[in-house]
Amino acid sequence: MLEAILALIKIGVVVFLVILPLVMMLILAERRVSAFIQNRLGPNRVGWQGMMQPVADGLKFLFKEDVIPGHVDRFLYLIAPGIILFPALLTFAVVPFGDQLTTYIGHTLVTIRFQIADLNVGVLYIVAVASLGVYGLVIGGYSSNNKYSMLGGLRSSAQMISYELPLGLAIISVVMMSGSLRLQDIVVDQYEIWNVFRQPLGFIIFLVASFAETNRLPFDLPEAEQELVGGYHTEYSSMKFASFFLAEYINMITASALITTLFFGGWHVPFGILEAINLPVLWEQIIQILAFSLKTLFFLFFFIWVRWTLPRFRYDQLMNLGWKSMVPLGLLNIVLTAIGIAVF
Amino acid sequence: MPIAIGTTDLISILPIAIVSLFGVYLLLQSVFAPRMNRILIPYLGILGVGLAVVGNFFLIGMEGTAFEGMVRVDRLTVVLNFLFLITAALSLLITISYHEGEHVEFLEFTPLVLFSTAGMMVMGSAESLMTIFLGLETMSIALYVMAGFRRTNRHSLEAALKYFLLGAFATGFLLYGMALTYGMVGSTNLTQIAQYFTQNALDVPLVALMGLALIIIGFGFKVALVPFHMWTPDVYQGSPLPVTAYMAVGAKAAGFAAILRVISLSAFSIAFQWSEILWVLAVLTMTVGNVVALVQDNIKRMLAYSSIAHAGYILVGVVASNDQTVPSVVFYLIVYLFMNLGAFAVATMVAGQNERRVNIQYYRGLGYTQPLLALAMAVFMFSLAGFPPTAGFIGKFYIFSAALQSGYVWLVILGVINSLISVYYYLNVVVAMYMQQPVDEKKIAPVLPGVGVVILVAVLGIVYLGIFPGTMLSVLR
Amino acid sequence: MLQLTLFYIFAVLAVLGGIMVVVHRNPIYSALSLILTLFALAGEYILLMAHFIAIVHIAVYAGAIMVLFLFVIMLLNIRIEERAPGALRYMVYIGVPMAAILFLQLGYLAFKGFQEVYVKNTDVGTVERIGQALFSKYVLPFEITSILLVVAMVGAVYLSKRKLEIVE
Repeated sequence: MLEAILALIKIGVVVFLVILPLVMMLILAERRVSAFIQNRLGPNRVGWQGMMQPVADGLKFLFKEDVIPGHVDRFLYLIAPGIILFPALLTFAVVPFGDQLTTYIGHTLVTIRFQIADLNVGVLYIVAVASLGVYGLVIGGYSSNNKYSMLGGLRSSAQMISYELPLGLAIISVVMMSGSLRLQDIVVDQYEIWNVFRQPLGFIIFLVASFAETNRLPFDLPEAEQELVGGYHTEYSSMKFASFFLAEYINMITASALITTLFFGGWHVPFGILEAINLPVLWEQIIQILAFSLKTLFFLFFFIWVRWTLPRFRYDQLMNLGWKSMVPLGLLNIVLTAIGIAVF
Repeated sequence: MPIAIGTTDLISILPIAIVSLFGVYLLLQSVFAPRMNRILIPYLGILGVGLAVVGNFFLIGMEGTAFEGMVRVDRLTVVLNFLFLITAALSLLITISYHEGEHVEFLEFTPLVLFSTAGMMVMGSAESLMTIFLGLETMSIALYVMAGFRRTNRHSLEAALKYFLLGAFATGFLLYGMALTYGMVGSTNLTQIAQYFTQNALDVPLVALMGLALIIIGFGFKVALVPFHMWTPDVYQGSPLPVTAYMAVGAKAAGFAAILRVISLSAFSIAFQWSEILWVLAVLTMTVGNVVALVQDNIKRMLAYSSIAHAGYILVGVVASNDQTVPSVVFYLIVYLFMNLGAFAVATMVAGQNERRVNIQYYRGLGYTQPLLALAMAVFMFSLAGFPPTAGFIGKFYIFSAALQSGYVWLVILGVINSLISVYYYLNVVVAMYMQQPVDEKKIAPVLPGVGVVILVAVLGIVYLGIFPGTMLSVLR
Repeated sequence: MLQLTLFYIFAVLAVLGGIMVVVHRNPIYSALSLILTLFALAGEYILLMAHFIAIVHIAVYAGAIMVLFLFVIMLLNIRIEERAPGALRYMVYIGVPMAAILFLQLGYLAFKGFQEVYVKNTDVGTVERIGQALFSKYVLPFEITSILLVVAMVGAVYLSKRKLEIVE
């Protein structure tokens, strides 16, 4: 019973106090960073340095007229924005954002894990749930009954399938190092040295594949504004339109958190600083969670940075990169890892 | 838990391993040596099959299971391995000659033949439902693709699609049956299934019987028994001729190998439950096959219905379910291999470029324009019809005598009547060759070496087995 | 009790999805119904303590294969499935009764042989156990499967590749 309550509290905290506010901040950050890169100012009028801009945006989305075009497949059109949010939020369930804390609540000794669900097949769970993310886009694209949306949906399904493979291959090499599919074990395994140094090739593959899986530039072909007028969400308006954006940013957060967990030591504080200064347990935990958050925030910044730096791929380039470079490299990486494990 | 694979394990799958590795090697070779002469690839394939034949000699005399009860090596395994390997080699030989007219792309074709043969051998040496299923799928998927190898031809693509869709459907039945059987027995091991049926012989649970029935449907599709034969004529007609030959012989032999392993041997103790069903199927298969074959004027369709009819004859041996079953069925399969591959080799020669001349009218006057070819064809036709000096007669004789031994008099009578019906359409070809004028004066291309070897081997095999069947039969017993 | 309730919920969903696959005339809805069935089956696997199978089931079927289905349906832009022409239209009057007979037979068997079996907390479905079984007892089937997949891959590539020029 206590476990269930704790899990609910964790879900509430993570979803409503961390992810959703973070999404709002990200939207602002995206606009400010892009302005910085393009030598502009960006939105800075609403609140201090434009801090209230996301709130204003959100209100605007809520109060806009919700248009349902007459030519759409109504049922699918309505459920698509819901479907897209669902896997985006689910993935975060297994990401460990800290170690564990053993404490008394009332009179019972409770171990609080800083992770919503500690699955023993956590990595596979991520692969499975991440692969479901495409359904929202495909259903949205199909049900809009519009050729641009349809093209967006088609592109996203092909793209997701193509880049799931290298993503999975990169994860396999990480799992081979740790010998466990549990994410907490993978983090613990990186205590001495982060996976990014042991698996540099795997890291690059994972990074590129996660850009493709989140539909971010340079892989944003499903929603390429210049070619497809927004792709799968062309026909959506108001809050439904916003939920597609919400999902994209949530996916970005999840991807960053995963990169941190799998390759950058998760909640570990580097250089043994924590051991050196010898703090009380509670403080140690808080600092570890902070370390995790900082690493994740860095990768979020990296996502935005790349978006405003690199141009978009052409479709054939995308497919060639996926199947002719990434998949063979991923396989090569697995072979190399296996040889490495056998030798050392 | 360490992985314990002993030498015995490895030897028991030696031919399978050699053939599969050769297939992979050929695929890789075309990647790393793309400039190699394409015509060499089927010869390399034949080399691989030859090595596997050599490997198969190591299996002689072995008795027992390997890989923790996944495969069984016994005399049946060895004989079946030889059968499948010879089929593969002869089909590849036909393909070499076929290439001249059609430009079949050997690059993919040869490895597919090798993999498919590996699948058949897995079925022949299976000791577990799981290996049977995997072998069957390996064989079938390769065959689905091979049926569509003339990609520019509509009929070929139709054949591939039809075979694939119906085959997948039949696989569903097979798998369902295996699942039900596994659910009752608690194991996929054939020995344990046999034990289960022996223990519960008098009161077999219905679920297990249903499983067995569904398994019969699955295998029945592969060997083209009558209610499940609908695909056969179209697929045989659409596929390229060497593939038809390979399919007609190999897939059928593999299907009967599986039937022998699962139905005849494992469910031996409840033979009274299934023999009546198979009795009906055998009669239907023989009759429908022979009667419909009467009106065919396309040699491929005619041979397709004839192959259905032959499945019926072989099933008679299975119905008998006594100690004669395995030798008589396997003997018939060997005979069938020679006569059918021979007939298809001649058909390939006559058909010429783009398989334009597949009608029986093109065989008119063949006895004068190509006497040797016509003589060979006549031998194959007489053997298929079951005339005395040929092996076809001996094969039928043993099958029917096995059935008589178990007291299936009516079944044998129906079988003999069917043989008589079949004489009409087989002799139709012979009459056309020797007693009619050629339809056009166009010379048929000379017999090419690859097909020539196949025809020679087939004729020798038929004559040898027809006159001295004793050696082979003593091996089988 | 909870286990049994969940079993029935998943079972009903699976059957419902299966029926909708066949009944729906719009192929997209059929594909989506199939996904529902796949999820329900994954739920049943979890009830059987086979977490690994359940997750792989979702990742492979729902995550990859069905996406390809949707891709093909959208690429061909099939809106409403056409009715079978000619005599094939009457196949339904034979097919449905046959299916009903088969269903009743199997259903009768299942009903007769029904036993309530509760799965105890086992470790059969864990990754470690599956890995060990796969590489010791089932190593031969595992290797045959690899050949099978190569065959399927070669076949798919061959049938879909462009016609090559014959280079002499």
